[in-house]
Amino acid sequence: MSVKTELEFTINGRPVNIEVPVDMTVLNLLRDMLDLKGTKYACGEGECGACTIEVDGMTINSCLMMAVDLQGREVMTIEGLSKGNALHPMQKSFVDHGAVQCGFCMPGMIIQANYLVKKNPDLTREEMKRGLEGNVCRCTGYTKVLDAVAAVVGLRG
Amino acid sequence: MSEQVAFQHIEKTSLIGKRIKKPDAPAKATGKTRYINDMVLPQMLYGKILHAGRAHAEIISIDTSEAEKLAGVHLVVTAQDTPELRLGFVKDNAPLKNKIRCERDEVAAVAAESEAIAAAALKLIRVDYKDLPGVYTIEESQREGAPVIQERFPDNKSLKFEFKAGDLAQAEADSDIILDDTFNVHYVTHCCMGTSCAIADFDHNGKLTIYSQTQYPYNYKMDLAPALGIDPGDIRVIQPPTGGSFGAKLDVYPFEPVAAILAQKTGRPVKILFDREEEFINSPTRQPASMHLRTGCTKDGILTFRAADVEMDNGAYTSWGATVPVIMMRTTSGHYRVPVVDFKGQAYYTNNSYAGSFRGYGNVQMTYATAQHMDMLAEKLDMDPIEFRLKNAQKSGEYTPQKSYLRECALAECLTTAAEASDYVAKLGKYTDDRKAQGRYKRGIGLASSIHNAGGAKIHKSDGCGTILKMDDYARVTVITGASEIGQGIDAVIGQIVSEELGVPVEHVTLVNNDSDLGPWDVGVHASRTTFIAGNGARRAAIKAKKQILAAASKQANVTAEELDLRGGFVVQDKDGAVVTKLDKMLRQMHFQPEPDVVMVSDYYEPNSEPEGRDHISDHSAAYSHAVHIAEVVVDTLTGEVKVEKVTMAQDVGRVINRMGLEAQMEGGMAFGLGFALSEEMLFEEGRLQNPNFRDYKVPTAPEMPEIEMHFIESDCEEGPYGAKGIAELPTIVVAPAIANAVYNATGIRFFNPPMTPEKVARAIWEKKNA
Repeated sequence: MSVKTELEFTINGRPVNIEVPVDMTVLNLLRDMLDLKGTKYACGEGECGACTIEVDGMTINSCLMMAVDLQGREVMTIEGLSKGNALHPMQKSFVDHGAVQCGFCMPGMIIQANYLVKKNPDLTREEMKRGLEGNVCRCTGYTKVLDAVAAVVGLRG
Repeated sequence: MSEQVAFQHIEKTSLIGKRIKKPDAPAKATGKTRYINDMVLPQMLYGKILHAGRAHAEIISIDTSEAEKLAGVHLVVTAQDTPELRLGFVKDNAPLKNKIRCERDEVAAVAAESEAIAAAALKLIRVDYKDLPGVYTIEESQREGAPVIQERFPDNKSLKFEFKAGDLAQAEADSDIILDDTFNVHYVTHCCMGTSCAIADFDHNGKLTIYSQTQYPYNYKMDLAPALGIDPGDIRVIQPPTGGSFGAKLDVYPFEPVAAILAQKTGRPVKILFDREEEFINSPTRQPASMHLRTGCTKDGILTFRAADVEMDNGAYTSWGATVPVIMMRTTSGHYRVPVVDFKGQAYYTNNSYAGSFRGYGNVQMTYATAQHMDMLAEKLDMDPIEFRLKNAQKSGEYTPQKSYLRECALAECLTTAAEASDYVAKLGKYTDDRKAQGRYKRGIGLASSIHNAGGAKIHKSDGCGTILKMDDYARVTVITGASEIGQGIDAVIGQIVSEELGVPVEHVTLVNNDSDLGPWDVGVHASRTTFIAGNGARRAAIKAKKQILAAASKQANVTAEELDLRGGFVVQDKDGAVVTKLDKMLRQMHFQPEPDVVMVSDYYEPNSEPEGRDHISDHSAAYSHAVHIAEVVVDTLTGEVKVEKVTMAQDVGRVINRMGLEAQMEGGMAFGLGFALSEEMLFEEGRLQNPNFRDYKVPTAPEMPEIEMHFIESDCEEGPYGAKGIAELPTIVVAPAIANAVYNATGIRFFNPPMTPEKVARAIWEKKNA
């Protein structure tokens, strides 16, 4: 039995108050306790980016962060990007450009792409490649992913 | 309403070749999709497997008593607790093992209330092993007195395949040049982003529902049932969304019957989900092979023969990997016009991991050899490399020695299109000259081509697919197809085809294809076959529905059915598009008349192909296709890094159906070949995988992707839907040898043993310099 502690933080704009085991990762907290299964497990050691979320406006691999470190922070997961059933422009761009095949890596990929564009609205294709380097996709060969992100940058430009 | 539309005219338009969005993409992009990995059933237990972690051993004893005592553990099973059950291509495998033959072997399994408890229980199982001398190479397997891996095969020989055509001795005598080289292709693995998962659930009548990632739900029942001692008819297969597959799930692997055994014995649903390390170690690989290839040619540049002697490490058990010579020999005999062929393929049991099917199935391996020999011959002949290939390129209407009938063959057009688009010949010459100049970075360009089945592959008695189509009173269409979706996009293609025939919006077509209790039979998603086979099936079903509707409408409009068409949700006059009536209204009229006429049609499409026989002489696919890739690389001669800057592709696609999905398959397929060529390699030491993680096993990431230029050659396949051919494997097959040929062009060094990692390339450059 692991020791538990109480946590307060914000997730997708809503406050959460929850007791969590101290040895639990953010990824497991999201998936197993909060039913936010859009965030995916694919390696568990920060090598593939499938579990990427935003914490206080920065992207992280949620498999590498302990849940207790969320105290007082703001978390955004893929479920928080869309408003109701209305897709966020980045999500829509991925759909429109055919960047989604099996889709398993896409929640992490889209969170990371959205972060890159927020940080730098004039992102170049090379910068996109570098910024998405930590997100592994086995279906797409990344080309349509880059097209999707470029279209969002173009819209904003 | 009817007066209002009576004056409308609807032009005939077509969706074929347009960009169709994948219908499941919004749910996937928003995290709404529940993959099998995400599923939790009521009362579900979590299963975990104790893998041997050693390559060859006898099990002296297993003590599970401590594990059974752990709170939350419901069951521990070993081979002792299960009857002798068999699985695999030659039934040499079992769900749980009495003897250890490879690192992957399943020794025991636990069902517990959480994954953590199941993992803790595994650590409490005590197994005493007696390690045995192992066999880790083909040479060791062949040795006199070598340890026997499988008692049924005392000479360690697994599957064997042979094909011969023509007089080899005469062809050798007729040859002015004979190349003789050995190519060794390595272990790689699929690395599906969603790790392997199965959830098994038995009901009170003994019927198993298995939630599975399988790519072949119907024959899967036949393969799974003997591993459980139940009737295949008592298995229902549900295929929830899955995180990629690429051939990895074309066989039953032990974790699936193990989940079912745990469920059967506990009476609870049991889920087994691999972590990434388990996935690397316990999943199928691509079949590694040592390919001794000889190619002959006259001084005029006419191929005389190919002789291939392929030896394969079978690993401890036989899955589909060991069957890849079936395709390797089609490449040997069909990649350019080869009148004389001598192909031998033999697999040898070892204590290594075992291979399954993997996108490109045998052709990735064989084309790595044949396409480099084509390059080497052109150089030896000092002949224009395109002219040399064109001289030997087969044409429409020709047969290969195995009787593959190339009804529409666009190899020549693929060659000239890609070569012109990339300025291949000029660059090849320039970079050859530049090789001698000083400078750290060397440019190179390389071309490779191949042939692949593009209309299914009849390796079973049937290569067909069933379709059931119904329309409701609101003109919404439901298509129940046997075809599986693993991310490749058959959902979009079937919607598009049905929409094309019935004149309804794509969004009004719903696809049902994830439940074997609902779907009609299909052989599975493999062999680049789904658009061709399931696409044809959906089209035929839609045409039947259309005929039924137009027959009813013709009575009402007092014209012949041939004079009517369905467009934009209306029944219209074919000649000028004048609206006759709304489609939904027509359907309601048909339905609610004294003798109801409801649209519910079915079709079973069997492609026009012949079963692969023991002699391997048959037209086993309803179509064949060719592709050419030209890779442009920069080699850093100091670090050995190979950067692929651009790939120009030309592929005979028959006809473009969904342009966006087609492009996506080209790009993703190429990325697999890129990883195979440059960075991916499973490293084994005495049968144990040394790099079971993404740090040490390098899959391509965004910065490695080259610029891609695509040219689709539309040869208009007579048998394919709207002329389309299957497309998804060729991009994986041809890019690696194109890169190898480009690296040769840049450095003057041939890489017979991929991957061309920086270490290997730098060392080869250093050795050449210091030779």
